[in-house]
Amino acid sequence: MVADQVFNTPLQACHESLGAKMVPFAGWNMPVQYQEGIIAEHTHCRNHAALFDICHMGEFKVNGVGALDALDRIFARPVFNQPIGVCRYNFLLNDDGKVMDDLIVYRLDEEEFFIVVNAGTRYSDAERIKSQLPACITFEDVSDQTAKLDLQGPESAEVLAAAGIDVAELPRYFRWGRIELNGTPILISRTGYTGELGFELYFDAAKAVDMWNYLLSFEQVKPVGLGARDTLRLEVGYALYGHELDAQHTPLDAGYGPMLKIDDNPDRNFTGKAALVASSPEWKLAAIALEGRRAARAGADIIVNERVIGVVTSGAFAPSVGNSVAMGYIKSDSKTGIGDTVELSAGRATLTGTVTELPFYKDGSVRKKL
Amino acid sequence: MRYYSEDHEWIVVEGNVATIGISEYAANELGDITYVELPAEGDDVTIGDTLGVVESVKAASDIYSPLSGTVSAVNENLEDEPNLVNDSPEDKGWICRISGFDSSELDDMMSEDAYQKFLKEIS
Repeated sequence: MVADQVFNTPLQACHESLGAKMVPFAGWNMPVQYQEGIIAEHTHCRNHAALFDICHMGEFKVNGVGALDALDRIFARPVFNQPIGVCRYNFLLNDDGKVMDDLIVYRLDEEEFFIVVNAGTRYSDAERIKSQLPACITFEDVSDQTAKLDLQGPESAEVLAAAGIDVAELPRYFRWGRIELNGTPILISRTGYTGELGFELYFDAAKAVDMWNYLLSFEQVKPVGLGARDTLRLEVGYALYGHELDAQHTPLDAGYGPMLKIDDNPDRNFTGKAALVASSPEWKLAAIALEGRRAARAGADIIVNERVIGVVTSGAFAPSVGNSVAMGYIKSDSKTGIGDTVELSAGRATLTGTVTELPFYKDGSVRKKL
Repeated sequence: MRYYSEDHEWIVVEGNVATIGISEYAANELGDITYVELPAEGDDVTIGDTLGVVESVKAASDIYSPLSGTVSAVNENLEDEPNLVNDSPEDKGWICRISGFDSSELDDMMSEDAYQKFLKEIS
């Protein structure tokens, strides 16, 4: 193993004082769980409000006349018709149409954008985006001076209300707004990675410790680590870069084709489009509900009639479902589809599952009206 | 007397039957246990054989047999309540019983004091 440098978020000491178990993730030293453990934290987020330290993720600012057109050519989903105030899930592709990163683009103003990217792809994303921007457009990597905390769970709006925020002023689903919380200006979006009502908060990294402690002072709120973040997102079928999305697969393989609106915008061009249009998807991403509690992990074979037809990309026991679940890529020429039985390899054992619709967990509060 | 292995299994011997489980340290390290694959009653096992698997949310770990003998009982409660391994690792969360082993095999095991020292060395 090469001794890579490992970064700490501004909240490192807070995690340690809470008794967190720290693990390396995408080059960062991150809390995988606190003292109550992954299942209790997962359940708390489904029922109350969870606070996640997401300071490791990257944030970029892009602005200048022509930024709208430039970003529309860089990202796979349309940016040109994205209203100010809206956040849009999007993809950065390589020339082969494969996914370099999944990210969220915030349109702040006519020609001003905020882009939130994965921690592990931050530097390659920055290079890729900068290389395609005209010189007159400003690109700034603001990750180091930006704190990101996610407040997620059905009671998250009540917490903000208790903190003096008018709930009517909070942004609607996949929209952003600006609030002041505990005296600190915040860019807030109603987005998240849990399948629950929730918000992502961006603010001055120097205020990270104060904000963390302030939000934890509300009785509904508990700190939740990356372990539960992973089971929460898996239960609702959200992709994790490096698992469901990577530079071996296109957004079409992953089932995001309709989002790209390629047929609706025949004259629109973006990086990777030519390769996407010329190819037909080699894979299809499938959701598999297992019969028992035992999990099939990433890398396990997906088998039908003793033939390997695919590979698991994520798998774990799903606490809110009560059984294990998995996602994985199946060869698109395989006839296997919704309702079909598959077998999954798990060490010496073979597990049985059924290809199913997403989400696995259907009772999330993510679209709850406020 | 309770014995411990370097693989973090514990053994309690009563007569010619050894009860086996994973140590509190191991249970804490694994985190929330979601599934336990148990051996079958009647299985003949040799030291170092895989006795079963404990799965947590994040990982799966093999349980290695600390003794050679025959599996004479398994803790079927773990099928529905794998969390017993977290809640009571060295009592209600036992994994299985082995009989017919050679008691000289216990000579290589650690006492509770020696195991506590071992834990300090590896942490």
